[in-house]
Amino acid sequence: MREITFSQGINEAIDEEMKRDPKVFIIGEDVGKHWGGAMGELKGLFDKHGPKRVLDTPISETAILGGAIGAAATGMRPIAYLYFVDFLGVCGDELINHLTKMRYMFGGKIKMPLTITAYTGAGISAADSHSKTLYGWLMAIPGLKIAVPSNAYDAKGLLKSAIREDNPVIFLEHKVLITGGAKSQVPEGEYTIPLGKADIKRKGSDVTVVAIAVMVPRALAAAEKLQKKGISIEVIDPRTLVPLDKKAIIDSVKKTGKLVIMDEDPKTGGAAGEIAAIVAEEAFSSLKAPIKRVSPPDTPVPFSPALEKFWMPDEDDLIKAVTEIA
Amino acid sequence: MKIGKEKLTDMYRAMVRIRLFEERVVKEFAAGHIPGFVHVYSGEEAVAVGACANLTDDDYITSTHRGHGHVIAKGGKTDRMMAELYGKKTGYNKGKGGSMHIAEVDIGILGADAIVGGGIPVAGGAALSAKMRETDQVAVCFLGDGATNNARFHEGVNLASIWKLPVVYVIENNVYAETTPVSYAMNIPNIADRAVSYGIPGVTVDGNDVLAVYEAVAEAVARARKGGGPTLVECKTCRHHGHFEGDSMTYRSKAEVEECKKRDPIPRFRKSLAEMGILTEEGAGKIDQEIAKEIDEAVKFAEESPLPAPEEALEDVYA
Repeated sequence: MREITFSQGINEAIDEEMKRDPKVFIIGEDVGKHWGGAMGELKGLFDKHGPKRVLDTPISETAILGGAIGAAATGMRPIAYLYFVDFLGVCGDELINHLTKMRYMFGGKIKMPLTITAYTGAGISAADSHSKTLYGWLMAIPGLKIAVPSNAYDAKGLLKSAIREDNPVIFLEHKVLITGGAKSQVPEGEYTIPLGKADIKRKGSDVTVVAIAVMVPRALAAAEKLQKKGISIEVIDPRTLVPLDKKAIIDSVKKTGKLVIMDEDPKTGGAAGEIAAIVAEEAFSSLKAPIKRVSPPDTPVPFSPALEKFWMPDEDDLIKAVTEIA
Repeated sequence: MKIGKEKLTDMYRAMVRIRLFEERVVKEFAAGHIPGFVHVYSGEEAVAVGACANLTDDDYITSTHRGHGHVIAKGGKTDRMMAELYGKKTGYNKGKGGSMHIAEVDIGILGADAIVGGGIPVAGGAALSAKMRETDQVAVCFLGDGATNNARFHEGVNLASIWKLPVVYVIENNVYAETTPVSYAMNIPNIADRAVSYGIPGVTVDGNDVLAVYEAVAEAVARARKGGGPTLVECKTCRHHGHFEGDSMTYRSKAEVEECKKRDPIPRFRKSLAEMGILTEEGAGKIDQEIAKEIDEAVKFAEESPLPAPEEALEDVYA
């Protein structure tokens, strides 16, 4: 089977969906012929689909997301390219008061088939304003779905599903996966991955590890080392945070009795806390040890590689946490 | 500009419908029958009616927190609006939006909008959609003077100007953004002057003269339909009531409010129609009575409609 990068997965998904549905278009900054997105993942789409469907905008996040909302509410299927997830702060109103609320507040009268794509996470010394992880923040916005792919195969299949969704989806592209992620085997033919279905990336019996986005390859690397110490971890990749495949997580915890969540949100109010709460509420009797969170400290993301490496959860942090409860 | 008799009469009818709806809302709100809070449109009827008289059901509008007038002018039914204000299941939004979010997309109403300036980029997006789908639809974005000091006014109008989107910005300059006078909040006398910075036309009209609004918006709509891009139409008007019902209006003198009421667009239009031989005093009085009856029925419909079942709160989050 052929192998493609994370960026190629994104590119192929959008290309295929634009061919499939004339209502799909891209709106954002630097999406056109020069860069094809700030990290190049949209390269070639402008040449294939033209300036009427790959719309370069001024630096106007509010007009990008707000415009995409107006287009989605009136029959189009936009992909709003938002650069970095941090820039949601610029168009926060469009996110929390319009995109995710118009359908509900209108009594279910409209559909909002809109996908936001945005770079997420730390690891490339971009400092806080280009490095944040906002999973918990986004999960607290009813009306939004959240995709967090960890490899090229999932990225392609999830993005195709996101574009076909009649609801707003934010598709988060981890910068480390774009710049240095491993290639994935991907079939030539068409496939999609449903939103809300977790994937067990490695089967194991002693400890359940829920890992998100770039934490998945880190957890898989840690699994090899732990195996050598005689500890078998099961690595679950939720793939979407909303909807969250609770059943996959709880079923695994019922088997192992132990849970570690490896996340990149600040520890307070992050996705890890939410997953821990769900398991505590719905599978408490299965737990044989306290739930552990491997999360960054409650600080902004630091710039210097020396500081950022300390800040960001890695294999060693996970091995330590697993070993404590295994 | 030649406007037919029937259309002129319809415009009068719509203005009266807005006024009587709003004055009834004031009464029912004061009596505790309407939950939440309301911002009424009395005094500004000429703007919504003059603008929407240029539109068809296929055209779009985005509205504001003071949106009842726009919804009625675009064809919204007063019974379903009143039911929404009452929080009833039969309301336009099934009781999930209330006064500030009334929407009826089938006739192009993309929602009143509780966030000041929130409709600006959304209207641009609807206009973009119309352009991409190669229809001749236009989007009219109603916004207040306050919204033009908002960042998204710049982003939205700029983007619409470079893409020549079929959108018309109808600015209701009612002198106050909540308590803050326009003269304090901006350094220019006419908001339409801001059009210069986007390279688009900007006109200022008497917003209490429904025919002046109609003509200015007609020109802007025609330009938009032909691919000529957006226009700012500033309508200078004033509100009879406070920002919201219950506002003590300490920032306005009694004399100024009285002066505003003297400029009431409805008697003014009624007088013009009489002079033009379109509508007699008797004919106008008959319309007033018909609308009064309609509003009574709207209230009755709202009162008698069922409340939503509590668990309906869980529906309509996702499609």
